[in-house]
Amino acid sequence: MFSILRSIWLVFLHMFHKRVTVEYPEKKNYLPPRHRGRIVLTRDPDNQERCVGCYLCAVACPVDCISLQATEDENGRRSAEFFRINFSRCILCGYCEEACPTDAIQLIPDFEMSEYNRQNLVYEKEDLLIDGQGKYPGYNFFKHAGVDAGVKGKGGGADEDQPVDIKKLMP
Amino acid sequence: MIDILLHIALVIGIMFALVLISAGLIWLERRTLALWQDRYGPNRTGPFGTLQVVADMIKIFMKEDWIPQFADKKVFVVAPAILMISILLSFAVVPFTPEIGVVNLNIGLLFFLGMSSFGAYSIVLAGWSSNNKYSLIGAMRGASQMISYEVFMGLSLMGVVMLAGSFNMRDIVLAQQGRWFFIPQFLGFIIFFIAGIAETRRLPFDIPEAESELVAGYHSEYSGMKFGMFFVGEYLGITLISAMTTTLFFGGWLGPGFLPPICWFLIKMFAFILFFILLRASLPRPRSDQLMALGWKILFPLSLLNLLVTGAIVLYYK
Repeated sequence: MFSILRSIWLVFLHMFHKRVTVEYPEKKNYLPPRHRGRIVLTRDPDNQERCVGCYLCAVACPVDCISLQATEDENGRRSAEFFRINFSRCILCGYCEEACPTDAIQLIPDFEMSEYNRQNLVYEKEDLLIDGQGKYPGYNFFKHAGVDAGVKGKGGGADEDQPVDIKKLMP
Repeated sequence: MIDILLHIALVIGIMFALVLISAGLIWLERRTLALWQDRYGPNRTGPFGTLQVVADMIKIFMKEDWIPQFADKKVFVVAPAILMISILLSFAVVPFTPEIGVVNLNIGLLFFLGMSSFGAYSIVLAGWSSNNKYSLIGAMRGASQMISYEVFMGLSLMGVVMLAGSFNMRDIVLAQQGRWFFIPQFLGFIIFFIAGIAETRRLPFDIPEAESELVAGYHSEYSGMKFGMFFVGEYLGITLISAMTTTLFFGGWLGPGFLPPICWFLIKMFAFILFFILLRASLPRPRSDQLMALGWKILFPLSLLNLLVTGAIVLYYK
């Protein structure tokens, strides 16, 4: 009997507590920077696109929502001819961000993407590409890669050895 | 002639005000439940969410009012109406103020007890006519609960009748001018209140409608306005028990003169309505057999004891 009265009294005291509801959309919850929200394609420090069209993100995606086609320019630098993400399928898991070798595709803490028309949820490359470097500043893939794509010559990278001269006997 | 018409207008006004109060209880309950659960209730529709009632009414009216093929059609339609009718009729004897009241019955209290027994019919008929095992189980549990708690609801009020000397509700209120009856009859007040909660099938005694247990109990086959009538009928029942408690134990319209009597009545009635909602927010639901054990083994002997002691004391002082 006493426990019943005590329950009633304690619940009554809840009247004087602050309410825990966050009144969206006037107030928003804090989202940490690694929160997996909308997908963006980022650029280099030299303002070139980071995406090299390697298809790794499309392969990693568990719901197959990424569709892209690679193309190469005259210097041998690969990029994506078209890059399409169907956000009605995307589950914002972040596997594509983990798979990307160039830190091109990233997930940012923005989730407000509602649409009335389902076709408007299919984002093309011009919708995804941003002007900044995203969460990983200072990384240019072509400065570390082995290929010569107009950014540096072979062997010119920071952690690279010079290429071996195949016509000589010395190491 | 003219005062007959005025009285009819008063009666219609009282009925209208009661249905308004019980519709407004939808909003009040959701907001106060939320207040006690550290969240906001509806606060978007209209100022402080008051237009939520209008939205709920529109929703209930627009729902498809479907009668199952396997159900007993006439009884199915009549059952929620019986509930509303019995509760609205009970309000005929409640004295709101010295001037406002539908009728001044000399056996007002007995009429109220009779009408509450009538309300048990609506549960049984609803469950039976739904032709559905779970509704039937809910209805049987509801009927057993209501009938067993009605036994000592009447008994606990006999103490009040002994102290006031009549069944007339106005006489009972006037007899409390010296001291409100909840002080000498504290046990009777507690027992009557608990029995009242069980009569309106309100938490913690809501096994019949147990939202999370028997699907929705006896009203699982109901939709649209018939379900709306059960819903509003439940809120009317809360209002009725609160009104009866204030009339019989807390002095009805009596109070210091700086507020008109109707204000005192409404203040006391709303205090009890808020207590009903607080009980819903705080207490867990007992099992059916625990509920029946509480009724028959604890509250029934206590009400008999209350009757005995009150009778002895009244006889001694006469």
